[in-house]
Amino acid sequence: MRNISVVAIVLVAIITIAGCQRSDDAGQADGSQPIAIAMVTDVGGVNDQSFNQSAWEGMQMSRDQLGVRISYAESGQGSDYGPNLETMYDAGNELIWGIGFLMADAIRTAAVSNPSQKYAIIDFAWQDTPNNLLGVVFQAEQPSFLVGYIAGKMTESGIVGFVGGISGDVIDQFDYGFHAGVAYANPSARVLRQYADSFTDAARGKSIASQMFLEGADIVFAAAGSVGDGVIEAAKEQGRWAIGVDRDQNYLAPEHVLTSAMKRVDMAIFNVAEGLVDGEWPGGTTKVLGLVDGAVGIAPSSDKHVPTALLAEVRELEQQIIAGSVRVPFNRATFADYGYGN
Amino acid sequence: MIVSIAFLLGQTLMYASPLIFTSLGGTVSENSGVVNIGLEGMMVVGAFTAAAVGYFSGNAWVGLFAAGVAAGCFGLLHAVACVTFNADHVVSGIAINFLGPGISYFVSRLLFDGATQTRSLGLDNKIPRPLNGVFASNSVPDLLLNRYATAYLAVVAVAAVWFVLYRTRLGLRIRAVGEHPEAADTLGVDVKLVRYVSVVASGFFAGLGGGTLSIAIISQFRPGLISGQGFIALAAVIFGKWRPQGAFAACLLFGFAQALVVFLGLRTDALPTQIMSMLPYALTLVVLVGFVGRSAAPRAIGRPFGAGETT
Repeated sequence: MRNISVVAIVLVAIITIAGCQRSDDAGQADGSQPIAIAMVTDVGGVNDQSFNQSAWEGMQMSRDQLGVRISYAESGQGSDYGPNLETMYDAGNELIWGIGFLMADAIRTAAVSNPSQKYAIIDFAWQDTPNNLLGVVFQAEQPSFLVGYIAGKMTESGIVGFVGGISGDVIDQFDYGFHAGVAYANPSARVLRQYADSFTDAARGKSIASQMFLEGADIVFAAAGSVGDGVIEAAKEQGRWAIGVDRDQNYLAPEHVLTSAMKRVDMAIFNVAEGLVDGEWPGGTTKVLGLVDGAVGIAPSSDKHVPTALLAEVRELEQQIIAGSVRVPFNRATFADYGYGN
Repeated sequence: MIVSIAFLLGQTLMYASPLIFTSLGGTVSENSGVVNIGLEGMMVVGAFTAAAVGYFSGNAWVGLFAAGVAAGCFGLLHAVACVTFNADHVVSGIAINFLGPGISYFVSRLLFDGATQTRSLGLDNKIPRPLNGVFASNSVPDLLLNRYATAYLAVVAVAAVWFVLYRTRLGLRIRAVGEHPEAADTLGVDVKLVRYVSVVASGFFAGLGGGTLSIAIISQFRPGLISGQGFIALAAVIFGKWRPQGAFAACLLFGFAQALVVFLGLRTDALPTQIMSMLPYALTLVVLVGFVGRSAAPRAIGRPFGAGETT
């Protein structure tokens, strides 16, 4: 009996710990060691249809086009960030990505304790970035403004909705950008706003969106990772519109995803990998990517449901944002400053 | 106003249905005298199996059934440990709570290209809503009754379990081995067999509960999908005084708390969302401490039984 317990406990331990990591090798024809790049996801995971998936697509693109070696580790919970970063450090990677602002503390700690290892993070910026750490942030308020503009023009009920994940600087960009876009297009439209307090709880997202539709909203934008899956599902069930985020999410419900506010995490990851292969490493700095870089924008599939005339207006608006003649707020303070109310 | 209430009740049903299945499992197992705190792990197994089998077969019903079977196997494991080897029920249950997610993630990595998230079933392949389109969209009956088939199944299951426990010979035996296994043994009841059946059934129900979450409420499995529902279902068993109808009522209460979080979230900024999200869990605590009072567990619960030995 005791033996059985011991065997059982060991078995449980092995299975629980086993396989926290996966790598995809791309052999190098000339036999030289290819550069290895790894990423650690936040709690979203690489099939989150959103942010982390986009990052992994960027990694795969780097593998296919640059021949780098790639791998990822998924974090089931916040306490996995440190150990996952450690595992990737031990695996001898040239560069280790942390995906998402939730990982900021963990990656900074890792960067400080391993000064010779290169690290990079999506969606976080420091005043004093260590030299072996690169921050990449997006002007997510810009595509949010554009989809807000589309929503404001296309709403028939005059009510649209915004579902946020966990409130903070990054989601504020989406939130206030969207609100401003709606107000810019249609000052009399009402925007319902609710936070799910999660990036993973799709059931909550569905529930929240169903309620918004019940309250009369006809278009709901979700900036909440996998919570957005539930929002899209609700839109499909109710025959209304959802607006996707991060990636072109139209394929999730082709007749019910109006457009998506794209944030090209894949592109950022690919560009850094490209630089790395050429021997460039902008460590210690923060890259800010926006419309000007083509790193954010509305989804290509938008032409399916958005009228051509409106799309032309959006193109014009893009130019005005790039030129600075239309200013897009990214938090509460700028929202008021730029004259969108409070 | 009436529409809001209908929405609240409809969402309550949605959130409660996985809990109802799982708490029925707990009720059956505990009535036979075996504590099952492994419900959480069994739910994870069920949720994963439903999503994976549903994805590959393209049929959600096949997925749901497979979920019950897979989690039933974990029930069998629990039964082997607790009934045959007289292991401590709580220890075995905890092991299952580790083992269930561990194996699910492991198999998921094998099947889904290294990811612990399964691919989405596709919104058209989920468990169907039998009454979809019968009522006008967002009318009161639509909000209340246009639910996934699993919600109705859950209610039917409550009645079925009640009937089995209180109106059949098998039910009498289950309760007898939970109250006084020695007496039942003397009367010729095969205590171990009855407990095996009960514990495997509890796994089956927990699997249905997990599957309900992954392929009816949403459309894929992911880590964190089951986060405490198994324990809440267990609390519902105790809150419901080990009776299926009591557990059912308790699950509705917890489902209502979840629905309330969403309902209030749109209407008030008074409370931070983080505090609001604690509501269902806080309610569990308050209810267990404050309102249950003295509830009598089956007398032989958690006690191993060796047929033929004196205890």
